[in-house]
Amino acid sequence: MTDTTVTRTPEVPVRERADVRRQVRLVVTLGLALALLLWFAVVIDDPTVSYVLGERVTREFQPQPFNGAIVSWAAVAVTGAALALAAVNRFPKGWLGGLLMVLVGLSFYLAFLVWAYADQTGSFSAAIANPIPGTIRVATPLVLGALAGCLCERAGVINIAIEGQFLAGAFFSSIFASVAYSSLVFIPVALCAPFGMLGGVLAGVLIAALLGLFALRYQVNQVVLGVVLTAFASGLTAFLLGQIPGDRKAELNDPEILQEIRIPGLADIPVLGEALFNQTILVYLMYASVALVTFLLFQTRWGLRVRAVGEHPKAADTVGIKVNRVRWQAVLLGGVFAGLGGAYYTVGSTGAFDRDVSAGTGFIALAAVIMGRWHPVGAAFAAVFFGFMLNLKTQLGFVDKLPTDLLGAAPYLATLIAVAGFVGRVRPPAADGVPYVKS
Amino acid sequence: MSEQTTAPKAEKEPEEQAPARARDLTSWLPTLVDSIAAVVLALVVGAVLIVFSTPRVIESLSYVFSYPLDFFEYALVAVWDGYRALFTGSMGSLGAWERTLERAAPLVCAGLGVSLAFRSGLFNIGAQGQMLLGALVAGYIGFSWDLPVGLHALVALAGALVAGGLWGAMAGVLKARTGAHEVITTIMLNYVGRFVMLYFLGKEALQRPDSDNLLSPPPADSARFPELGSLHIGVLLAVLAALAVWWLLERSTLGFEMRAVGANPDASRTAGMSVAKVYVLAMTLAGVLAGLAATMQVLGKGDSLTDQVAGTVGFDAITVALLGRATPLGTVLAGLLFGALSAGGLAMQGAAGVPPELAQVLQALIVLFVAAPALVRGIFRIRGKGEGSGVMATGWGA
Repeated sequence: MTDTTVTRTPEVPVRERADVRRQVRLVVTLGLALALLLWFAVVIDDPTVSYVLGERVTREFQPQPFNGAIVSWAAVAVTGAALALAAVNRFPKGWLGGLLMVLVGLSFYLAFLVWAYADQTGSFSAAIANPIPGTIRVATPLVLGALAGCLCERAGVINIAIEGQFLAGAFFSSIFASVAYSSLVFIPVALCAPFGMLGGVLAGVLIAALLGLFALRYQVNQVVLGVVLTAFASGLTAFLLGQIPGDRKAELNDPEILQEIRIPGLADIPVLGEALFNQTILVYLMYASVALVTFLLFQTRWGLRVRAVGEHPKAADTVGIKVNRVRWQAVLLGGVFAGLGGAYYTVGSTGAFDRDVSAGTGFIALAAVIMGRWHPVGAAFAAVFFGFMLNLKTQLGFVDKLPTDLLGAAPYLATLIAVAGFVGRVRPPAADGVPYVKS
Repeated sequence: MSEQTTAPKAEKEPEEQAPARARDLTSWLPTLVDSIAAVVLALVVGAVLIVFSTPRVIESLSYVFSYPLDFFEYALVAVWDGYRALFTGSMGSLGAWERTLERAAPLVCAGLGVSLAFRSGLFNIGAQGQMLLGALVAGYIGFSWDLPVGLHALVALAGALVAGGLWGAMAGVLKARTGAHEVITTIMLNYVGRFVMLYFLGKEALQRPDSDNLLSPPPADSARFPELGSLHIGVLLAVLAALAVWWLLERSTLGFEMRAVGANPDASRTAGMSVAKVYVLAMTLAGVLAGLAATMQVLGKGDSLTDQVAGTVGFDAITVALLGRATPLGTVLAGLLFGALSAGGLAMQGAAGVPPELAQVLQALIVLFVAAPALVRGIFRIRGKGEGSGVMATGWGA
């Protein structure tokens, strides 16, 4: 069919099928979004909703009412405009297109919130709260775990054991912090929780050492290894937890938790400041880690070596890079970040370790690595996206319009849609998971 | 993944060459020796954990220099008691064997699903979600429909297979159509499956009238699997499933395509096979097998539906498949071992006060040591050149 078109009117440019499919997908997605947005806008009876700038209603942050209809119709307008552009195939490409998609996503999110919070019949009127503080908190371990995954996999070692590293890190940071507190001789109280993080790091590195030992020294299949190490860490921490007698629980598994540290100046920025710069030291370490890992991987000689042994170990070996040594270094350094991520689940949030306290989030961090295409910044953004969705689920728990269970599935459904619709085929480092044997 | 860097073991696919049949028999022996040595090593590490989890032994450590014999005596007794309970609780009597088999059956079925996907180059972490969906449908048909004995169980079974298969197929279709990585999609579908289960459990139709918890009525007697002696027929179904998977992989055209795609999707595409079809079918069949595993819990054991109805079977199935090196026979044996450890673990807790988590640690250690023959051979000074560890996909696939 295209053939005949070409021969008759050669001046009509022939478009590739992939390009057409991209357009169709865009039009369908935006069309569905527009239909939903119209529905959101139309079904609202009383468009007055209230919002607070803080994470919850406090004396400082009082709910402010506003007319949600403006937001709903603005979202319809933005999405409609994007749909029109896509329909005539004038949707911008590159960063401008990305920006437009973000804008559409943001307006969809806001209009959805307006719909969800309008016409509340509950006993108290819920207010739309600032999602950023919660997002950052939930995302912290995910980002750290994803960084561990990035480091390992860029060096060619598959790390499915992030969950295991989380569990070991969480357990030992709780133990370290509790023991530090109950034997006050050595450490001031304020440093007990940070001392616990040290325990988390050690435990994360320990699991990483097992990963390195079996993957690099004994060349065990790394997918097998990761699953097994996770099962091992889960079983071992549960076993050890069972060994703590009830009367010594306060001594061994009841840590001080990390206190929020307010960064003066930065924390006074409206809306964002409080959320980003009044957090625990773990969160600040997370920010720094993203920058550090990106710098290490892409700006240093060591990073070049890491990427070389992950892509083409033979070539790296030929120019004199010790393949397995570099891999060991990357795996162990990854253990530091994963251990810190594990520390979040005890000293960073709730305190005492409980069985399987990280509840499978290590696997979400793994998904973030793949979604972020094995790039630390991409993985961090993917992790923040997860954190945002998980936090949204918690915040919308008060809204009676949505069935709680389907809402619970939303973060995972959103990931499925994101991965299937927008991320698509990804390419791992070429030698990821392949042991290097010198021939 | 790129061939030039692959370890030498990757090209050793014993079943690819016909004359290798005779060699297969002799190559069994070192594998068997390795596996037994791995189990022994895991038990040794487990013994250390038992020793340090027994209060009496810890107390005797405080005076170990004045009465060293006490420590050794108590330690030996603790280990002996623990492992004797593990053995008698899993294989010591007819009842113990039944418990072992009943626990092994769902592990084998779900493990076969993971193996099948593995051989097709797919890392299926989604057995848990597929089981939940299978359990949901089997349970619903089981307690709410009114059908004659026999037919009822068959319909419920079929429903579970279809539901599990559809849930698995979703990951396959996403992979084939959009290239979405199956590790991500199956993890996400596990979570979604759990919330689907919770959503339906909250509905009037699935709620047990006398309970406030999210709990369904148990399946009707007419929907339960018939029993042979005191063992339900699901165990037989697991064996049949293993035979079917063996036939599919080793004797059928589709199985050949699956193995080819698993070994090298690009070459298979060049050879004219439809990689997309293989991905979708492999994930569908994996889901069907996970659905079958779910029926063991619901129609076999007669569990009511909760969001915990699949237990940890879906995740243990991954370990079972990996321990069984993704072959049907290996998966059956690994499933039996895990069933025995799980049944024996409970007995160990009851009789010797050893925490049941020890069984989980033992399982992990066994797989770890089986996967690292070089380590085990080094420790036990076994001579001879062992095979490499893995036959499965070495990388993420593309």
